[in-house]
Amino acid sequence: MSSIEVGGKSYETDEEGYLTNLSDWTTDVANYIAQTENVVMTDAHWEVVNFLREYFEEYQIAPAVRVLTKAIGKKLGADKGNSEYLYGLFPYGPGKQACKIAGLPKPTGCV
Amino acid sequence: MLHIINKSPLTCSTLDGCLNTATGGDLILIEDAVYAATRGNAAESRLKAEMGKFRVHVLMPDLEARGLADRLIEGISPVDYGGFVELVSKNKTCQSWL
Amino acid sequence: MSDARKFMFVNRKAPYGTIYALESLEVVLITAAFDQDVSLVFLDDGVYQLKKGQQTKGIETKNFSPAYRALEDYDVEKLYVEKESMDARGLTEADFLVDVTVVSRAEMGALMDEQDVILSF
Repeated sequence: MSSIEVGGKSYETDEEGYLTNLSDWTTDVANYIAQTENVVMTDAHWEVVNFLREYFEEYQIAPAVRVLTKAIGKKLGADKGNSEYLYGLFPYGPGKQACKIAGLPKPTGCV
Repeated sequence: MLHIINKSPLTCSTLDGCLNTATGGDLILIEDAVYAATRGNAAESRLKAEMGKFRVHVLMPDLEARGLADRLIEGISPVDYGGFVELVSKNKTCQSWL
Repeated sequence: MSDARKFMFVNRKAPYGTIYALESLEVVLITAAFDQDVSLVFLDDGVYQLKKGQQTKGIETKNFSPAYRALEDYDVEKLYVEKESMDARGLTEADFLVDVTVVSRAEMGALMDEQDVILSF
């Protein structure tokens, strides 16, 4: 078991750095995880992270990248619902990286 | 005594087996057996027919989990985990029909 | 998708009492990424997987039923429920949390015959 320390508080994660408890998530925790992933959070990043959290809230799953891309296109427009845009924000994969920052489990089917 | 059933009445014959063999007493439906406590289930008439002989209980958290809390057959008494424990301690013996 | 193989997932177990329903759903979500022609069928106690209003707080288990509503996003749109199984459990189409096609036992059997691959849960 691993953990991260943010603002003097310790949060449990799995060995890959995904938060164990969804309810531990705060924007400070998100910023911290982003930093460890070398991602500087902008409004565009937050938009995707918040989208993922809403998706999880509704369906209880972290969507696969293909599904995320399509769903973002539907909600935020085609200019954002494409892999070029999403990989531009999260170079190591919008599924893996954005989910980690959003405090979600690793997407199902993501190996 | 207390009889405990944990399998769905439509995939496993343990409820029937219990009702055929046991002479009466307390009977509690837990886990997938809670489906037997719902109106419209094919097991409804058999269970109702035996309700004079058995005091039938159902574990509500299991019924709620399955989205059927509003379909509880009248005459079956709902219990929570505390009520389940009480039934176990009140009865001298328990038989789990696994 | 004419060259896609026909995959059928056969769901026959109630949720929570055993792990089959959740395992099936996870395999569906994983394989849906591979552009196959996927059908999900629900018969016997499997029809209970789609019941609306599941509240699992009391049993401290994850309620995975909302994920069935995400299947559409995964391009899994063929969901079949066997009528005889549904009737024997006092359920109607209005009880399900997603749109399904209700088929008779005979139609279900024929549907199985059409498949290239069947995965049983």
